[in-house]
Amino acid sequence: MKPAPFEYYRPETVDEALGLLAEHGSGAKLLAGGQSLVPTMNFRLAQPAVLIDLNALAELEHIEPDGDALRIGAMTRQRQVERSALVAERAPLLHEAVPFIGHPQIRNRGTIGGSIAHADPAAELPVVMLARRARLHVRNRRDARSIPVDEFFTGLFATALGPEEILVDIELPAVPPSTGWAFDEVARRHGDFALVGAAAVVTLDDSGRCRDVRLVFSSVGDGPVLAHEAARQLEGEIPDDAAVRAAAGAAAERDVDPPSDIHASAAYRRQLVRVIGTRVLARAVERARNGSVS
Amino acid sequence: MTSRRFFGERFTRNEDARLLRGLALFVDDVHLDGMLHVAFLRSDYAHARLISVDTAAARARPGVVAVYTADDLGAYWQPGPLLVAPPPIDGLVFNAATQVPLIKDKARHAGEPIAMVVAESRYVAEDALVDIVVDMDPLDAVVDLEAALEPDAPVIHEQHGTNLASHVVQQKGDYQRAHREAALIVKRRFHYDRGVAGALENRGVVAQWDARCEELTVWDTTQAPIPIRSGLARMLGLLESQVRVIAPFVGGGFGSKIMMFYPEEVLLPWAAMRLNRPLKWIEDRQENFYATTQERLQIHDAELALSEDGHILGVHDVFLHDTGAYNPYGLTIPINSQCTLLGPYDVPNYYTEFRVIFTNKTTVTPVRGAGRQHGVFVMERLLDFAAKELGIDRVEIRKRNLLSSDDFPHNHVILFQDSAPLVYDSGNYLPALEKAVDLIGYDEFVREEQPRLRAAGRHVGLGIVSYIEGTGIGPYEGARVTVEPSGQVRVATGVGTQGQGHYTVFAQVVAEVLDVDLDRIHVTTGDTREFHWGTGTFASRGVVVAGSACHEAAVAVRKKILGLASDALGVAENDLELEGGRVRVKDAPERAVDLGELAVRANPLRGAVTPGTEPGLEATAYFGPDRGSTASGVHAMIVEVDRETAMVEIKRYVVVHDSGRVINPMLVEGQIQGGVAHGIGNAFYEQLVYDDTGQLLNASFMDYLLPTATDVPRVEMAHIETPSPLNPLGVKGVGEAGAIPTGAAFAQAVEDALAEDDLEIREIPLSPNRLFEMIRDARATR
Ligand SMILES: Cc1cc2nc3c(=O)[nH]c(=O)nc-3n(C[C@H](O)[C@H](O)[C@H](O)COP(=O)(O)OP(=O)(O)OC[C@H]3O[C@@H](n4cnc5c(N)ncnc54)[C@H](O)[C@@H]3O)c2cc1C
Repeated sequence: MKPAPFEYYRPETVDEALGLLAEHGSGAKLLAGGQSLVPTMNFRLAQPAVLIDLNALAELEHIEPDGDALRIGAMTRQRQVERSALVAERAPLLHEAVPFIGHPQIRNRGTIGGSIAHADPAAELPVVMLARRARLHVRNRRDARSIPVDEFFTGLFATALGPEEILVDIELPAVPPSTGWAFDEVARRHGDFALVGAAAVVTLDDSGRCRDVRLVFSSVGDGPVLAHEAARQLEGEIPDDAAVRAAAGAAAERDVDPPSDIHASAAYRRQLVRVIGTRVLARAVERARNGSVS
Repeated sequence: MTSRRFFGERFTRNEDARLLRGLALFVDDVHLDGMLHVAFLRSDYAHARLISVDTAAARARPGVVAVYTADDLGAYWQPGPLLVAPPPIDGLVFNAATQVPLIKDKARHAGEPIAMVVAESRYVAEDALVDIVVDMDPLDAVVDLEAALEPDAPVIHEQHGTNLASHVVQQKGDYQRAHREAALIVKRRFHYDRGVAGALENRGVVAQWDARCEELTVWDTTQAPIPIRSGLARMLGLLESQVRVIAPFVGGGFGSKIMMFYPEEVLLPWAAMRLNRPLKWIEDRQENFYATTQERLQIHDAELALSEDGHILGVHDVFLHDTGAYNPYGLTIPINSQCTLLGPYDVPNYYTEFRVIFTNKTTVTPVRGAGRQHGVFVMERLLDFAAKELGIDRVEIRKRNLLSSDDFPHNHVILFQDSAPLVYDSGNYLPALEKAVDLIGYDEFVREEQPRLRAAGRHVGLGIVSYIEGTGIGPYEGARVTVEPSGQVRVATGVGTQGQGHYTVFAQVVAEVLDVDLDRIHVTTGDTREFHWGTGTFASRGVVVAGSACHEAAVAVRKKILGLASDALGVAENDLELEGGRVRVKDAPERAVDLGELAVRANPLRGAVTPGTEPGLEATAYFGPDRGSTASGVHAMIVEVDRETAMVEIKRYVVVHDSGRVINPMLVEGQIQGGVAHGIGNAFYEQLVYDDTGQLLNASFMDYLLPTATDVPRVEMAHIETPSPLNPLGVKGVGEAGAIPTGAAFAQAVEDALAEDDLEIREIPLSPNRLFEMIRDARATR
């Protein structure tokens, strides 16, 4: 299990990295934490001719406030995100979700940007990004742009990133008042990719009705799956137990089209969508009612 | 025998100082000047005719030193030996087919080696694999055991004209009569699927030919270095003394590292001699899933005949056993299944029949439990179903059928894997069951806790099962014990060690006889230069057989010590005792002599060694038990099932175990805890998934799920010590026990937790997905 030969570069600045990327084009791969890329190279499923190592780019490693929003550099380790007080305060859903990623060893190396760019349909972070309406800031050699998350995940392991672009920054908007959140998943063992994972963010209005609902699932489609139908059913309604269960049921029946694999049949995944969907919605609603944003 | 106690104490392990500081030598730690690296090209197909292999481009790649295919091996190309001949059973059918070093005519399982590349680095070797052009003609694969015997099934070994590897019937009493007289017949079909051994360290071989000394040294992760040495000498035309095989520290074996010979074990020494360069091959995890032997697919159609009050009148069992592409281990596994099924019970009539089937899957050889779990699963599940139908408590039905402590030795008549009749040497089954009932709190759980939790909507259940395990079979092992002039003691034995704690337990055995501090006793295992008679580590027999040999050798050395000390001190042997590395006069302990000094006297520079005596304080001894000793035990667990997600949590796990005399409780408990982890893996996490072309769909630890520390509870243990009369230590084996009854206990517990669904679990492994289906289907049929 050794990778095929490749050329290796370790740029010191983002500009240098972007230059190398432009120069080598689609034969090049960016190396972040390596926790997804290196195994695929060792299995020779990926055989990039050139590897551009982002690990010397200190400019991409930060967690900082940006007005009411939060900015996280793409090369920030998942473990740093997990332990950040600022993340716990401003992005509690992210804080709740990160410990579900693999094991401490994986999170020590794995980066937030790597996981988002990799876009594994079973991964936690894309789900959180979609639930929280993140903006993804990307650059190429000449330009910078920011992509709303609803346009970012485009298919199986596919994103809106261009071949010469690097994801540099993740922006999470402020959590509005009367908003609750929850993340949960079912995995075979702790640290495994989820059979189904779910994030819910619910904002209530003054009368206790749902003003805004985001319910997102992992492992039931080509990427993170936003449950439109479930959200539509809840919006404007009082989210009591029955309504929450009905919404999760709608998600299971209409919003997801889960795959079957050796670990879980589509029918079992639908069942898990129903169960986990109900659990995260109920917890998000409870938190919203308690008026807490942290 | 000595004044201090060395048995029954929790001594920490002699080997740990090296292991924990990273100073223990594993095969991959061997680095030699000029060493080259080997990689294997393996068949993508499970069943395919080999048309051609073109290695020209691979040979031309810079850094590649050699590429070999079957044709390059000439007369060295030979199928492996049949390791275990089938027992002499009337009417037996046995078609042997053993593995080959590199395939010649066709591939019989995915991962079978086609070519071997030798290069300056493993990287280059793997690059060169891609250069090799192989033309293969895929054939339909044999995967399903029943389809394999259909007349139109593709045949894997044409010389046999069938996929039937063997057919065996064994009987005790007259089952048909039992059937006629029975008040109740319980009849079911049971499945038990495949898993890997999953050793932490994969296999590896380093081979070095020293042309000046004309000596071949092989470092090998094998559990059986001596047979490897003997076989290599024969194949390579060398004297046995020219071949040294070292099995250094090995990171787990569980049976999978004693498949003689693996292709790599045959090929590396041959190529090292040819190239006159040291060679290294370290198996990677992906290879391990294809190239290292596996176990456990069986399908049983079994029935139990009972009287109205729940007494067993007889058992009828007909099963299929998957041996994979080859059957070098003969009938070891299915015979274990057959024999272990009887359990601790009095079964007067037994009809047992099996067919072994060749399939296009990785070869099957014993893996921890080695067929025993299947027998236990079938019997214990049948008893559970019978108890339900008869309205008898599940513990009670077991109690009614246990052999009593004066039923021993108990002859079950049918033949065991060592070709001797299945005779239980000793046992004390009822106290073990009662102790487990007590420890798990059975009565309280059933009466109070479970109803209370059920009322609160929680799904909790309990499983409790009994088992026996035939352990410690022959033929023999040996040991040499030497007292050096420093007073330190060396112990050498031929078995290999894979983490069990041999360096400690063998030291305890010797200390018990010689009364020397454990840190002054140095044990060597698995180096044929140190000791070259013996078979290996398997069948839960290390301490039973090699330990007894250590004991016998120590007793002989003690005799020499006392003789010399008697001369030196002028006191009769009877008046002497050994204590703390010295011999002293019982009534005058200040008169004493060190063992080291006696060792010097035993090897004098002047004078004469008396005819008929040998120099040195040294003795070699061998031990071969008449037959295996029968260990036993009871496992009990409590689980909680989340009925919505079908996830299962094991809340408690209790093991009451009887492996005879316990030399070191810590080591015994370690074996059991590890065995239970293995058993839990088999029950709920691990399953090799083959598709109908024979492709393995989960050949990595991402998709093949080993239980981790968070999935395995700390096992609560109690020991019952019923000594074995078959060896001087009174011990029985313990290496496999923990893994044997786990599936049966798990199935009972989960079924109990889901009592409202009224479903029956007749298969292992389970998974959340499978449980979800079972719950759904049970609901649908109501
Ligand atoms: C045993 C194990 C268990 C795991 N369990 C989980 C789990 O439960 N949940 C989970 O979500 N993940 C899990 N992972 C994956 C882990 O989270 C990875 O860290 C993550 O998916 C990728 O992040 P990385 O920094 O390691 O990226 P890399 O592996 O270095 O890169 C991944 C991909 O993203 C690209 N990329 C990386 N950074 C950028 C960037 N800034 N801009 C553009 N492209 C970029 C790379 O070119 C590559 O294609 C597990 C991994 C292992 C080994």
